[in-house]
Amino acid sequence: MTKPAAGALDWRPCATPRILRLRAELLGRVRAFFSERGLLEVDTPLLTAVPCPDPNVAPVRLAPLRADSEHAYYLQSSPESPMKRLLAAGSGPIYQIAHAFRNDERGRLHQPEFSLLEWYRPGFDHHALMDEVADLLRVMLGADTHERVSFAEAFERRLGLDPHKAGPDELGRVACDNGLRLARPADEAVYLDFLMSHCIAPHLGSPYPTLLFYYPISHCAYARIREADPPLAERFEVFVAGIELGNGYHELSDPVVQRMRFMAENAKRRRSGLPEVPLDERLLAALECGMPECAGVAIGFDRLVMIAAGAKSLEDVIAFPFGKL
Amino acid sequence: MASYSTNQFKAGLKVLLEGDPCSVLENEFVKPGKGQAFNRIKLRNLKTNRVIERTYKSGETLEGADVVDREFQYLYSDGELWHFMDPQTYEQVAAGKGAMNDAAPWLKGQEACVLTLWNGEPLAVSPPTFVILAITSTDPGVRGDTASGGSKPATLETGAVVKVPLFVENGEVIKIDTRTGEYVSRVKE
Repeated sequence: MTKPAAGALDWRPCATPRILRLRAELLGRVRAFFSERGLLEVDTPLLTAVPCPDPNVAPVRLAPLRADSEHAYYLQSSPESPMKRLLAAGSGPIYQIAHAFRNDERGRLHQPEFSLLEWYRPGFDHHALMDEVADLLRVMLGADTHERVSFAEAFERRLGLDPHKAGPDELGRVACDNGLRLARPADEAVYLDFLMSHCIAPHLGSPYPTLLFYYPISHCAYARIREADPPLAERFEVFVAGIELGNGYHELSDPVVQRMRFMAENAKRRRSGLPEVPLDERLLAALECGMPECAGVAIGFDRLVMIAAGAKSLEDVIAFPFGKL
Repeated sequence: MASYSTNQFKAGLKVLLEGDPCSVLENEFVKPGKGQAFNRIKLRNLKTNRVIERTYKSGETLEGADVVDREFQYLYSDGELWHFMDPQTYEQVAAGKGAMNDAAPWLKGQEACVLTLWNGEPLAVSPPTFVILAITSTDPGVRGDTASGGSKPATLETGAVVKVPLFVENGEVIKIDTRTGEYVSRVKE
């Protein structure tokens, strides 16, 4: 291959042929893994009429579609909603490798367009699904073992504080003690995200994967809440080599609670000056009809390839990353 | 001055942080799986030259700082301030010791310097990369001593002291690289 002349348009892929082959190999292993376990591969639309209500997920909104210019359409930020509708319709266990879109995320570990590996397991809780995530990492990364640490233990070990009790002042002070400063004051939830992403996560997942579980209810998203003191979200995340690789829940299936969560997200949006989003009524109707008790998880597939390849940036494992479109 | 959102922070962008002009060095996007996204920013305070690290919630803004680099001609020093003139507009500015940094010993007058200005006030003065100055005092070299690395101190007309090869004599004019403070060559008048 000859080097492009100076000033020539850079049309070549970013990922090397070796990495593209590894990517294909890993895709094959994912399909073999799930097919062996009897999960059905599904393929739901990238288009959606209901953007994710989470104020921290910025949707990609499309120009009006001529097929239906009355309604706004978006590119999905995850295939969660249609997959849950399939579950409610009796699909049984399902998985999907889907592209997902988040408008303003770009960095070494973020691309506005990325690939998710998402699957749902009727009859599983978060513990059973964590077992399966560990099995998958064995097949994909050769990780023979893993550790399981609760959210509280991780904070206790690294920072010596109880994340379920500490207020914003204490959290801010601990950040300061660790040489970190948030430029402007924030609430507890933001401080927990700050400490997690800056102080704790970089140390998780080495030498073997870490499954972190039982999140504060401020971070429950769409997870069930375990009645305990304090109540805890039945949510987990998986970390490898300091990188957050995926997020799973013992899924909420109560339509009333789900509606309240959506409305709470809209209330947060109002407070941050963001427009409210329409509720996902089709998903709520599916839950109304009855979605089986299940656990689900989404793994960042590009990040998985990046770790398997020993690459430093997502741009190295995507043929044409953002910026080279 | 315009405001900039964290996702517009690129290396070299000048912003105001706690009232001081700063230059963005690095901007890392950090986000937990779910939850608040952050931008971890490294900046250099252009007044103190210190590197600072701050984390912002993504989307927060900082005000831009009016920092520009412009070429000025050095005029003279009154002992406390160094005076410069814009050769196009004849506008004059004065730089204090802090802004002069290591530039002062290389300037005798009329050199073209790049001044970094914040709201019109000099923050930093960069001398020309090469200056030509006369030697006002140096010991006579020992003839025949050509051992490599043989050098001696020489005082220049501005008061700066540089190392010169032994064959360079008092009264000669030399070229100096201001980045390293090293002798480059003799200059024939």
